[in-house]
Amino acid sequence: MANFETVMGIEVHVELSTKSKIFCGCSARFGDEANAHVCEGCAGMPGTLPTLNRRVVEYAVRAGLALNCEISRFSRFDRKSYFYPDLPASYQVTQLYHPICKNGHLDIVADGKTKRIGINRIHIEEDAGKLVHDDWDDCSLVDYNRCSVPLIEIVSEPDFRSADEVVAYLEKLKATLQYLGVSDCKMQEGSMRADINLSVRPVGSEKFGVRTEMKNMASLKSIARAIAGETRRHIDAIESGETLIQETRRWDDNKGFSFAMRNKENAKDYKYFPDPNLMPVIVEEEYIREIRASLPELPEEKKARYIREFGLPEYDADILTGSRYLVAVFERAADICKNPKEASNWVMTELLKLLNDAQMQPEDMKFSPDSLGTILNMLTEGKINRAVAKKTFAEVFESDVDPVDYVRKNGLMQVSDTGSIEPVIREVLDANRKAVSEYLAGNEKSIQFLIGQSMKALRGKGDPQVVRDLLIKGLDERKG
Amino acid sequence: MKDENILNMTALEVARAIRSGDITSPQATEAVLSAIEEKDGELNGYIRVFGDRAIARASEVQKQIERGALDYPLAGVPYAIKDNICTEGIPTTCGSKMLENFIPPYSATVVHDLERAGAVSVGKLNLDEFCMGSTSETSFFGPVKNPWDTTRVPGGSSGGAAASVAARMSFYAYGSDTGGSIRQPCSYCGVSGIKPTYGSVSRFGLIAYASSLDQIGPIGRDMLDCAAALNQIIGKDPADQTTIDTVPIDLSAASEFSGKGLRIGVPEDFFAEGIDPEVEAAVRKAVHVFSELGASVTSFRLPIARYAIPTYYIIACAEACSNLSRYDGIKYGYRSQNAKSLSDIYVMSRSEGFGLEVKRRIMLGNYVLSSGFYDAYYKKALQSKALIRKAFDEAFVKYDLILGPTAPSTAPRIGESLSDPLRMYLSDVYTVLPNIVGLPSASIPCGFDRNNMPVGLQMIGPYRSEQTMVGAACLFQRSTAYHLRFPEKRGEDA
Amino acid sequence: MIRMTDIHEAPPEPASIGAEQIEYLEQLARIRLSGEEKERTARDLSKILDYIEMLGELDTEGVDPLSHPVTTEPVFREDKAVNDDRRDAMLRNAPEHKDGCFKVPKTVE
Repeated sequence: MANFETVMGIEVHVELSTKSKIFCGCSARFGDEANAHVCEGCAGMPGTLPTLNRRVVEYAVRAGLALNCEISRFSRFDRKSYFYPDLPASYQVTQLYHPICKNGHLDIVADGKTKRIGINRIHIEEDAGKLVHDDWDDCSLVDYNRCSVPLIEIVSEPDFRSADEVVAYLEKLKATLQYLGVSDCKMQEGSMRADINLSVRPVGSEKFGVRTEMKNMASLKSIARAIAGETRRHIDAIESGETLIQETRRWDDNKGFSFAMRNKENAKDYKYFPDPNLMPVIVEEEYIREIRASLPELPEEKKARYIREFGLPEYDADILTGSRYLVAVFERAADICKNPKEASNWVMTELLKLLNDAQMQPEDMKFSPDSLGTILNMLTEGKINRAVAKKTFAEVFESDVDPVDYVRKNGLMQVSDTGSIEPVIREVLDANRKAVSEYLAGNEKSIQFLIGQSMKALRGKGDPQVVRDLLIKGLDERKG
Repeated sequence: MKDENILNMTALEVARAIRSGDITSPQATEAVLSAIEEKDGELNGYIRVFGDRAIARASEVQKQIERGALDYPLAGVPYAIKDNICTEGIPTTCGSKMLENFIPPYSATVVHDLERAGAVSVGKLNLDEFCMGSTSETSFFGPVKNPWDTTRVPGGSSGGAAASVAARMSFYAYGSDTGGSIRQPCSYCGVSGIKPTYGSVSRFGLIAYASSLDQIGPIGRDMLDCAAALNQIIGKDPADQTTIDTVPIDLSAASEFSGKGLRIGVPEDFFAEGIDPEVEAAVRKAVHVFSELGASVTSFRLPIARYAIPTYYIIACAEACSNLSRYDGIKYGYRSQNAKSLSDIYVMSRSEGFGLEVKRRIMLGNYVLSSGFYDAYYKKALQSKALIRKAFDEAFVKYDLILGPTAPSTAPRIGESLSDPLRMYLSDVYTVLPNIVGLPSASIPCGFDRNNMPVGLQMIGPYRSEQTMVGAACLFQRSTAYHLRFPEKRGEDA
Repeated sequence: MIRMTDIHEAPPEPASIGAEQIEYLEQLARIRLSGEEKERTARDLSKILDYIEMLGELDTEGVDPLSHPVTTEPVFREDKAVNDDRRDAMLRNAPEHKDGCFKVPKTVE
């Protein structure tokens, strides 16, 4: 492997989160009954015509600006023809000759280094339908709900040399597009799909090797595996003198191998030509200015500001800004508790742990944005202790409970008045003479055990500082 | 009033008679239906006739007119429409086996417009399969015959529409024009027709042949009827992005149009090799009528016209092969009974469902769009289109209208053209130019040949110049009687 | 994936359509011609293409291709989902359907 270099380019298809489809008034919603969102237009019936959804252009321009692209003043739609049941008109409307965005870039951090990835183009196109195989009846069933849902395709330059770079790029891209609100980028639901163009060449070679395109990876992990698998297949072929074919292959994540696709993907002749039914899209400077002005603060700027204004460590700022959904929780909490560092710590430790345990993505979080801030305020005000705060946050995360209600109903308010705690301390000291004598003999660590016992007796609600102070006081008295 | 007298009226006259109470819409409809009954067995202009349905609609419209709820200029007048325009719940076949049983779940925008205007549809008209033909012989439902001589073709592709108007089987009709499909049959059948400026009429629901060239337009007994018919269907349609804002034609201004100051250009290139001398003579005579009426007539050269046919067939066939790739036997239309695999469904359904001329144009389209050929053919054609546009822009600085023949000959005999497609393509030599660049164009009768077959005069104007074109045509028709002749009367005043 | 280089690979051959080209066109068009149709189509296409070749003599150096001669302000549609569920109407013309879907013989990926 050491003698070979993998060269990759990525094509990312992103479904735009518009309400309606790109060329008709059908809903673009995901997950409904088959063919519930189909009209004569998206079913490709004769005599129907496309009418372009305004928001699609707006979203594509937003994405283009955020990815540092030139926005084409003149762009136009072309037809790409192939016969397959998922394509009712037998052509897909796309932008070959005049894409809406060109020549952009995205900076990523991989293996500790910052790298600039070139973006060749972003173009608008329509999605295809879905085929479900019916094994009982030995047939396939065609559902056009996804047909004509708007997509942008973001085509990178062949700038990638490792799976880490690819994953970093996809994560950054996803975060950026989510910030912009142009897509929810859910790989599992297919609203973000990455195809990897991969070739292998001897280190030092200028010439590119034979390129294959891989599809059907449903997660970042699967992409990393596919890159490793396909690289191995290429190297094996080169080393054993086999000929590689330029083709589209389907990654089978279970088998850990890619297979050549036999359908539409390997059609050679797409017969591109300008779609006569769609007028060119003319974008005025003024329109670009307006959209630029409406762009939200993007991950990079936000990260810099977090470090500068809140004094967060770079690592934390990087993770936080990696998802607009984490940002939303963090910024709301910081705003409520007026302590960004504390809010950041909670997101970085507690929230990420909860997400990880639940195998969830940040975009899947469902709890009220105010809750974490409220919990942190209760903590600072001494109404609850840290353990209760964590427990409460877990409940919030799990079932979106109101934190104040939850603490009250379960009697979790912190006990900090010495009058209530002193008798408990006395009992604990009396019941744990061994630990007391160890402490008195100079083993200060055994105080931890006594604190634990006291907290247990107080059912977790004791103010840890008060408990500690009273314990030390009691122990001092027993030095006698 | 007797059916025959009703049938001899123009559409606007029928509308006035209905409004004044001299006749009723059901009466006019009955008259048309009996004419169809009598003649269409031979002419085959209709694919489908709405008998009782048309009468019921006429009665309903009649009530609205009497209530004063409908005052559109052609309210209550029966019309017919080419069978490539979608009608909800009614089969729309495009003259093809492929769509023999296709029942659209939607209507074309123009069909909605016509319902609103109180028009009464009597049926759907025969055409060349998917409009691919210049003779109306390629229809799956059999050829249409020319009412002037049933051994001859009516022209195409809107042959059923032109024949129905010429034979008094409809008062007016709507066809579509991609490269002359309204004007050339008008020329062969001795009736008037307009191919409007591209975008004036919505194409939503018009089954596409070549989308950048297709336009729906009217066919009538005279130009005033055509103008009234065109007014019913123009306008920007949110369902068709290529539509433009259009001002209706002012009919009274058109009837008072004066030829004084009208600048007419006549491209000498239109009288080059291949034109029938009798056609040339009739057209030159018609041009002379205009100069007598006060217009200035100037000959000029339009050398780009030589490239019209290649440019047209590249663009039309490229778009057609793409537009017709949706017919795959999956969602609608013909599916071969012998198909077993998915690949069979595509190949067998398309091979059995399309006729030879359609297949030929699909093949040609695939050829010019196939990998490596795009620049040499399609891009070249779009460049030629740019040059054609430029030539017309320059001509229209000097002229208000360009006149010439609609077709190089009068109607050929049935069967003559099919054996030689190139020859058939060349018969569109004058009509394709306006489609390529989207200009409005019309054809009006301007004479007869020795066989008493009609000759057509083609008019081409600048974008959105329908008012001038209709005005000039009305002026011509006020001064001549060619448009008043119809098949049964032939010979009488010759 | 779109690559400009995939599209313009070879200059066009002089137009003469042989059996091999017809076969390729049949494949591209998903149309199978009968033996007689094949011969006729080859002959007709050659003739038509010969005629079309005339366009080659037209000097188009520096001429921008014109796709839409009558351009207007684009009519955008606002992003509203207005269509009802019309599945049954959409399936009514289908030669075969099942479970609310268009039905085709099994596809292979």
